[in-house]
Amino acid sequence: MKGRIIILLAGLAAANPALAQDSGAGGTQTVRAAVLRVDVPRLPPISRLDTRPEDLGFAGARLAIEDNDTTGRFMGQDFEALEVVATPETAPVEMDKLLAEGIPFIVTLAGDADTLALADQAGDRALVLNAGARGDALRGKDCRVNVIHTAPSHAMLADALAQFLMWKKWPDWFLIAGSHPEDVALADAYRRAAAKFGAKIVETRTYEDTGGSRRSDSGHVQVQKQMPVFTQRAPDHDVLIAADENDVFANWLPYETWDPRPVAGSAGLVPRSWAPSLEAWGATQFQNRFEKLSGRPMREEDYQVWIALRMIGEAATRTQSTEPAKLKEFMLSENFEVAGFKGQKLTIRDWDHQLRQPILLATPSVTASVSPQDQYLHQSSALDTLGIDRPETECKF
Amino acid sequence: MKAATAILTSALCLGFALPAAANRVFVSNEKGNDVTVLDSETLEVIGTYPVGARPRGITISPDGKELYVCASDDDLVRVFDPETMEETHTLPSGPDPELFVLHPSGNPLYIANEDDNLVTVVDTQTHKVLAEIPVGVEPEGMGVSPDGKVVINTSETTNMAHFIDSETFEIFANVLVDSRPRFAQYNDAGTKLYVSSEIGGTVSVIDPASQQITSKISFEIPGVLPEAIQPVGVRVTRDGKKVFVALGPANRVAVVNGETDEVEDYLLVGQRVWQMAFTPDEKYLFTTNGNSNDVSVIDVAANKVVKSVPVGQQPWGVVVAPN
Repeated sequence: MKGRIIILLAGLAAANPALAQDSGAGGTQTVRAAVLRVDVPRLPPISRLDTRPEDLGFAGARLAIEDNDTTGRFMGQDFEALEVVATPETAPVEMDKLLAEGIPFIVTLAGDADTLALADQAGDRALVLNAGARGDALRGKDCRVNVIHTAPSHAMLADALAQFLMWKKWPDWFLIAGSHPEDVALADAYRRAAAKFGAKIVETRTYEDTGGSRRSDSGHVQVQKQMPVFTQRAPDHDVLIAADENDVFANWLPYETWDPRPVAGSAGLVPRSWAPSLEAWGATQFQNRFEKLSGRPMREEDYQVWIALRMIGEAATRTQSTEPAKLKEFMLSENFEVAGFKGQKLTIRDWDHQLRQPILLATPSVTASVSPQDQYLHQSSALDTLGIDRPETECKF
Repeated sequence: MKAATAILTSALCLGFALPAAANRVFVSNEKGNDVTVLDSETLEVIGTYPVGARPRGITISPDGKELYVCASDDDLVRVFDPETMEETHTLPSGPDPELFVLHPSGNPLYIANEDDNLVTVVDTQTHKVLAEIPVGVEPEGMGVSPDGKVVINTSETTNMAHFIDSETFEIFANVLVDSRPRFAQYNDAGTKLYVSSEIGGTVSVIDPASQQITSKISFEIPGVLPEAIQPVGVRVTRDGKKVFVALGPANRVAVVNGETDEVEDYLLVGQRVWQMAFTPDEKYLFTTNGNSNDVSVIDVAANKVVKSVPVGQQPWGVVVAPN
């Protein structure tokens, strides 16, 4: 199948004098990029269904390169993305190698601190596309002019869920946050969202990560007793929101709470950039293509890397150029837009370089809703009802 | 005076009713797995008939004897007798057929296969696949020139309109348009090709002879955010003077001047307006509104929505019988 398409597309390019001329006298020109994934040693997840695939993120890159190349063949453009795995310790060395090779676009899949360090290391030598880190500080006081964020921020995710809960008229939230710094940051985003949309957090509890494995041969037996005890005696609430970025406890909450209340946030109804259940807006075909290529459902990291590389491809198509400076300038201009199977064009906020995007609200099996909810209006883009808007940004480039 | 008006009105009604023949209007309901049939004159529902899994694209032969439905989840095209709505046979379509277009002579049928980056060409008489033409990523819109010599396919992720020679099945030109091109429609004179871009929010007007974009129609509606303006279906009156563009979740149909390419009006219709079809006399234009489960009926001469008719679940495509 793959072979057939390639042969035919090459034929197509040759058959099209109008577009072939655009590639210049030198024939095909290449746009180089890299995906740098910084893996932190971590415990296996609570659910074996959530085991991290080896090709996490890279599979999204491979699909993006295929997509870019299909159009590129008509334009005399070729795309490539190196795949690099690092640890927090080796990441600076790997970044140096990429910079030394002159790779102008580096997609990172890393935590907040590593992303910031890599961005500073790259400086003006490369554009960093953050496809992993979700911290609001990276888009705020720690923002960098050489970074574009395709991963949604904590504030966007929290606002997306908040809009839906307010539409449901479930304004009283019981917030349970993990003990890791990123859990605390996510809980802050929920507090901010509650204030923004008029919800009330009736109580906040911390679930300490005391270490140890997350699963055992006894499975649910102890958990079934621990979770009701942990959640009992909370003030009246409509919904329990879990802020658990490290998969320590949230997935054990649904149906195990003391009060019969739904769970949202890090389990139950989860705000996310992508869900393998999405079928609207042509997503079915996109999911099918990904699954054929990688043999597994698409994860958020894959989507965030895919859209980052598609943005580069889209810039190359529209500017009919492969020159990195031109592509970067166009991506950050107000004329830039990209399609991402979310029902509307995605654009970049000029105040913090965050990609505007709808946020899916997904259960483990379906996409239950997509925010922004229609009822929340905005003077310039409904997508700016999610996350940090221009007047509130702390980012200064 | 009042009595005189009443008499006059009924006389007018009679006057209109006599020359206009009633046609059957077929609406595919994507989620309902059925087709709702309306009467184009009374605007009443005649009946609802099962047609297979996830019906989307729908068209009818020029002689009005065969109704074709893309049964997307059955991976084939189902063919019905439009009078009885009995299935007569099926046509091979390749996987996940979404939209198709019939050659003006009624044969062959050109089908876009979204999942396989192919356009499948099927002989409607022998029911055989004549060719599979590889195109860009996610082929969707299909158009055919009035003389039948050129078939257009739009690929949604490659963002191009591919010009295919209907004799050789070879692509001979590609035109880059705005994001997610959904639909391709020639005017009857063959002098303009309209390609709608759902995410780009524009309609490219292409000169078919030079394959160059001559102008781009964009849309602006007070009180509607630009992101919600998503052009999908396009229909042109026979004289080429009026172009109707369905704007998806903007819930409007734009009326464009076919000579100047300027937008002249926006008509409020149902929610997520998708595809459209004229009656043969061009008195009415029917629009499918996927999120409000109805069809809006537009009076073409008056640029006015005159009625909305509830149909099945998530109406997608529409075609009107030629006779």
